[in-house]
Amino acid sequence: MSSESEVIDQYVEQEYKWGFYTDVEADTLPPGLDENVIRHISAKKEEPEWLLEWRLKAFRHWQTMKEPCWPQAKYEPIDYQAISYYSAPGAKDKDRPKSLDEVDPKLLETYDKLGVPLHERERLAGVAVDAVFDSVSVGTTHQEELAKHGVIFCSFSEAVRDHPELIQKYLGSVVPYTDNFFATLNSAVFSDGSFVYIPKGVRCPLELSTYFRINAAETGQFERTLIVADEGSHVSYLEGCTAPMRDENQLHAAVVELVALGDAEIKYSTVQNWYPGDEDGNGGIYNFVTKRGVCRGARSKISWTQVETGSAITWKYPSVILRGEESVGEFYSVALANLAQQADTGTKMIHLGKNTRSTIISKGISAGKGQNSYRGLVQMGKNATGARNFTQCDSLLIGSRCGAHTFPYIEVKNPTAKVEHEATTSKIGEDQIFYCNARGIETQDAVNMIVNGFCKEVFSELPMEFAMEAQALMDVSLEGSVG
Amino acid sequence: MLEIKNLEAGVDGKTILNGIDLSINAGEVHAIMGPNGSGKSTLAQVLAGREGYDITAGSVNYNGQDLLELGPEERVHEGFFLAFQYPVEIPGVNTTYFLRAAVNAVREHHGKEELDAVGFLKLMREKIELLELDESLLKRSVNEGFSGGEKKRAEILQMALLDPKFAVLDETDSGLDIDALKIVANGVNQLRRKDNAQLVITHYQRLLDYIVPDHVHVLVDGRIVKSGTKELALELEERGYDWITAVQAA
Ligand SMILES: Nc1ncnc2c1ncn2[C@@H]1O[C@H](COP(=O)(O)OP(=O)(O)O)[C@@H](O)[C@H]1O
Ligand SMILES: [Mg+2]
Repeated sequence: MSSESEVIDQYVEQEYKWGFYTDVEADTLPPGLDENVIRHISAKKEEPEWLLEWRLKAFRHWQTMKEPCWPQAKYEPIDYQAISYYSAPGAKDKDRPKSLDEVDPKLLETYDKLGVPLHERERLAGVAVDAVFDSVSVGTTHQEELAKHGVIFCSFSEAVRDHPELIQKYLGSVVPYTDNFFATLNSAVFSDGSFVYIPKGVRCPLELSTYFRINAAETGQFERTLIVADEGSHVSYLEGCTAPMRDENQLHAAVVELVALGDAEIKYSTVQNWYPGDEDGNGGIYNFVTKRGVCRGARSKISWTQVETGSAITWKYPSVILRGEESVGEFYSVALANLAQQADTGTKMIHLGKNTRSTIISKGISAGKGQNSYRGLVQMGKNATGARNFTQCDSLLIGSRCGAHTFPYIEVKNPTAKVEHEATTSKIGEDQIFYCNARGIETQDAVNMIVNGFCKEVFSELPMEFAMEAQALMDVSLEGSVG
Repeated sequence: MLEIKNLEAGVDGKTILNGIDLSINAGEVHAIMGPNGSGKSTLAQVLAGREGYDITAGSVNYNGQDLLELGPEERVHEGFFLAFQYPVEIPGVNTTYFLRAAVNAVREHHGKEELDAVGFLKLMREKIELLELDESLLKRSVNEGFSGGEKKRAEILQMALLDPKFAVLDETDSGLDIDALKIVANGVNQLRRKDNAQLVITHYQRLLDYIVPDHVHVLVDGRIVKSGTKELALELEERGYDWITAVQAA
């Protein structure tokens, strides 16, 4: 009998619809990294002295560090001197556009094509967008409306200029510049990103969202996002990302820091669709990201939801430090590794406070020659009396050349803390596909249906506007995957 | 409606079907009986288009089309249906959603508009009543955790929803108690019309008391060794399959 693999292994070709390149004039630094590059970036952004000092400290520390080699991923060593660390659309001598009206129409067109229109007329209802193009933010929508509620939502550069006290207070407070190789590199060279501050007691009236686009060749993207939710406030934030198709790999090393004060709630969702490379593993983004939140106050809550369909290699472990009593951490993840993609992702839930709770739901899908690893740490500190964690970790295999791996780490220092872990691995069988066929359903639709069924617990955590999009994205990412 | 000529099929060089000839007209019900391992399910799966079987000789003409040239889902779009001997579980996929996708796939092929959730629910309610199925079953994942009998009834529900021209029922009776058997048979009989046909595969004569066939064929070692009317089924019941094989050998 022709084996399942024969039917299903043709699960590899895929078209990446976001792979176009926008031809705009750009102010790009030549490749290479030294203190001068860092001074240059800082000067471009007219940063205060303390921030330059912070960057330089990070850079000096980075030079003493070694690239980590523990993740379940194989790749050629990265030449950090061959990367350009800054690229901004627009000529060198031109000022940054003051409002969206002044933004280069070509850039606006790019975002239209990506389905994230920035113009007033066509903007997504109920969603404010910060659009980051290579190293800089090109504009942020709905700022006036948000300001009415005291909500600050702007590019990181603007925040440094307009709200230096908040930046100085919180920058590096969750992910210190010494944290890890990629976070330290980011601290030295970060270019732009988004900043959010929600004042006490405010429920942010709009979904906030940042759309990251890598465009320039041979550049890295090092953005930094900082979200601070003051006491009793509430915010839902979403990031999306795409990049052109290129044969060489590009590095994306971002840092995201979340701070939730007492009774505050932050919901952070990611739909990551960086270019994944081809089926032989050529090209694609290296997505090496540090995301961490701290529940500082009692009863605060941080919830990460991620749908990871892109990138050649993904390492990311959005984590929550549960410091406040009764604070809650959640992690909902769908990670797809198709083609020759390698995904090593998971979370860390660090329980410090009493009666803290965390939930981890991870759904890994492996297809083609994809390798998918879940890596998760649940730590119950000695003061975490009555803390609880529930982890569910499911893997779905499509075809026989892919792999799924699970690395759960559990450390319990308080005898009253409870940790539960469940894991399953299943495979889309040829018999399931045939059964669908025998009911008139085409193979590709059958696979999509099964995969979406597998993911629905996580999709249902996404803000409504994006749940459909995530499902559609998953369908496209699996396209041509079955012969 | 269906004309099978000298069909030979096997797996990995092993022949399972040894030259089957069978002709079924609109309005007819045929039964295939035979001992375990005689190739009944293989015939059903080959007709449904399962990959992995090598078809080494023969042809199948279905309403003027070469059935073997069509993909499995295309056969369904053309009105072919197979009720599985072992229905497959699909975890995570809601049964109602699945059934609607199936119905809409066929509708789309015929240029009809999709049924929305409300329209579909209406259709489905009619059909589950016919099969006395518990509606709560349809909120679960496809076949997951269904009892043997529920799975078989769900197969017939799918048949009722897709309203096929030609249906093959592979041991739909096995695992059913007598009450469930009557319900299923009644459902199947209600779908019987002048312009469609059914091929009922069974190991036991019992089902044929309720779904009365026009013709009965006995399959042994991948060959139809005897055909007759429904009396043949009774005779088989009485004398056992050994009788046929003995007659064969003589
Ligand atoms: N996929 C397969 N691979 C190997 N052998 C098979 C396969 N399908 C059927 N067979 C063999 O073919 C014969 C007929 O099987 P089957 O058609 O299931 O018989 P029945 O339905 O009449 O009990 C059996 O010997 C069975 O083991
Ligand atoms: Mg059988």
